[in-house]
Amino acid sequence: MKYEEKMFVSGNEAVALGVCLSRPHVISAYPITPQTVVVERLSELVEDGSIDADFMHVESEHSALSAAMGSSAVGARTFTATSSQGLLYMAECLHYASGGRFPIVMMNANRSLALPWSIYGDLRDSLSLLDSGWIQVYVEDAQEALDMIIQGYKIAEHKEVLTPFMVNLDGFVLTHTYELVQVPNQQEVDHFLPPFETVNKMALDAPKSLGFSSTPQDNLEFKYQQHMAMMKSIEIIEASDREFGQRFGRTYGGMVDAYKCEDADAVLITLGSITGTARIVIDQLREEGLKVGLFKIRYMRPFPVNEIRELGRKVKAIGVLDKDISFGYEGTIFTNVNSALVGPDSPKVTMNFVGGFGGRNISKAEIAKMFHDLLFAMKGKPYDRVNFVNLGVKTNEIRK
Amino acid sequence: MKSENRIRLNAQNISDNEYFFGHKACAGCAGSLAVRLALKVLGERTFTALPAGCMSAVGFIYPQMAFAINAMISTFPGTASLLSGMKAGLKKLGKEDVNIVGFAGDGGTADIGIQALSGAIDRRDRVIYICYDNEAYMNTGIQKSGLTPFGTKTTTTPAGKNIRGCLTHKKNMFEIVAAHDIEYAATASVGYPEDFMNKVQKAAEASTTSYIHVLAPCPTGWGTPTETAVEIAKDAVDCGLWFLAEYEEGEFKLNRVPKEFSSVKNYLFQQSRFKHLTEDDIIEIERFRDKKWDRMKSKWLNEK
Amino acid sequence: MIKPTLRNYKRPVYITDYPTGPNCESGHLVDKNSGWRTFRPTINLDLCKGCLRCYLLCPDGVIFKSNSKVDVDYDFCKGCGICAHECKFKAITMTKEDKE
Repeated sequence: MKYEEKMFVSGNEAVALGVCLSRPHVISAYPITPQTVVVERLSELVEDGSIDADFMHVESEHSALSAAMGSSAVGARTFTATSSQGLLYMAECLHYASGGRFPIVMMNANRSLALPWSIYGDLRDSLSLLDSGWIQVYVEDAQEALDMIIQGYKIAEHKEVLTPFMVNLDGFVLTHTYELVQVPNQQEVDHFLPPFETVNKMALDAPKSLGFSSTPQDNLEFKYQQHMAMMKSIEIIEASDREFGQRFGRTYGGMVDAYKCEDADAVLITLGSITGTARIVIDQLREEGLKVGLFKIRYMRPFPVNEIRELGRKVKAIGVLDKDISFGYEGTIFTNVNSALVGPDSPKVTMNFVGGFGGRNISKAEIAKMFHDLLFAMKGKPYDRVNFVNLGVKTNEIRK
Repeated sequence: MKSENRIRLNAQNISDNEYFFGHKACAGCAGSLAVRLALKVLGERTFTALPAGCMSAVGFIYPQMAFAINAMISTFPGTASLLSGMKAGLKKLGKEDVNIVGFAGDGGTADIGIQALSGAIDRRDRVIYICYDNEAYMNTGIQKSGLTPFGTKTTTTPAGKNIRGCLTHKKNMFEIVAAHDIEYAATASVGYPEDFMNKVQKAAEASTTSYIHVLAPCPTGWGTPTETAVEIAKDAVDCGLWFLAEYEEGEFKLNRVPKEFSSVKNYLFQQSRFKHLTEDDIIEIERFRDKKWDRMKSKWLNEK
Repeated sequence: MIKPTLRNYKRPVYITDYPTGPNCESGHLVDKNSGWRTFRPTINLDLCKGCLRCYLLCPDGVIFKSNSKVDVDYDFCKGCGICAHECKFKAITMTKEDKE
């Protein structure tokens, strides 16, 4: 395939380009909407010789990640991609790959979970697997998707990190939308991302036993080590963002990306592509004189605790927009944000806005209403902790 | 190496190296014998994967590592997919002159691992898959698997007044695998160790996937003395309840056709898992055996 | 000869003493199996013909070739008795271990 400096591609194709530039040895993937185009493009890139990789046609997502672990265990750079039900079918292997310290990079197209069936987007798939030990980044556009695949390998394979890396793209909204992206030069990428080296691999000259059992005497230590590696990754994520910026001229802010938060009273926290819409709303509300800001969480794991605490000290109200819910409680991002905010400096108001399930649109007007709700609550108006946005019907409690 | 030049392996000429040693398997475990012998045939340039199950539980308890070669525990359903991934990675790293072998139990093969195994054979991945069949989930405490024979008492098929043990016969894994048009598949028994070793050697020569299904008695789960595992594995073949066969170049071959079967009853009643069986049950078991043999003989014995 | 061997193993003191993730040198033994044994195989070298059947059939690989006959690694023998049971020359006897 001929690269051009600028290409008009979908989010899925941008991911495929990022994978191609990262020179993986093995790609193992199973198709699922809306990830399929990644798999199709990658098989074309392998076919035409653009990638010197082995494309494995596995028979399930479980096998996709199991095979990825096999190739990582012998020292090969490996890629896989999935979505939704497929991610859940991989769940066993997700924990296995992080526990085994296999720095696999995976793209996940965020999609609703059955039942009821829906092929459209929300974040319930990846957020339900926050505890699987993977680094999770949520990107906003195709360019960031491409760039984060490359950075993903850099971060995951760092010898003090050795932790798998999941790049999350909103299904359809990002995966299927075409944008103009800058395609980095291969030589530059090769300088940024050297070949994969790890001590955690099998070798003929020094045979290794991997993925072993531990007794209660050692298990906690291996898990502690895994946690410390994830904590260490914060530093590596930030360094990688800076180095990427120096080399390619694009930085993303590291763990988070704040927009007009400096003097804001009320801030909305978002993940992924909805941030773009929310940014427009901020500009509109700022023009009306409202002191509002937007705070995009890029990494859910490791979690940007310090950044959120700092935000909490500055603002009076924080809203969290969750395209997911932990039924019987609240949105998962909200829980994470609130736990980071615990302390004397925490803001007066935190509100959870839950919606956008199964591809349901969240409009600019809905986002503007969230800010108004936050500002009213800040001034003392009673408010609910968890608020479903854009419910298409009246709830029964209102029926008289 | 082609078959004409192949030296038949035996106790005298196999490697002195011990690649599976110091493990914590129960005394008299035939599964560990199958692994040990297979690795002696395959040698040091071997990468192995074993799913959750007896052999992984006894071979890799940190810091006691009983495999002398590159080895890894796979997920329970993921033996074959992990092997395939290892193969793909090694190929791309320029290391093709190696053996990649998996050892999974009967549950890990015929039940939870059958999908990944089917996928690997379908892709024609050059890996060797060895199923050590001890006829139940032994590591978890003797529960019925798809390869538990009719009448077996297990902890999930108790032998009581209403039901006398396992109600189903063994799943026909060998022919399921063969139906994929696999390059090489074989059945074996630790009771015929030379036959098993030579089949492992043949499997290693395949250029795509190969499969060996080796009967490996479990004294703990079968209720037999620790010293009889090999003998009883031979009895299983001699009484016709197990068979030695190969599938190669699209043809089935029976390696051993007993002129007369030894006593099924004698085989069964050595094992406490079958002690409850009635005369009628034994007639049913013999009937099933005879039907299977009639079919195998009529279809596979190429008497031209 | 390649074979897992007993090592001097010191338990980790610092977290960095652990390997990065579950990875360990293969064939790394820290513990014997002799404590499992109730019966001990003894080889009568006068009767042994060096056929190596016991060596072939030992699930633990503890019988090794020695002066064209065999010997037993008692550190790892679990005393299953397959060797004695399978010996065609009755050259191996199983005797009860004297337990202190």
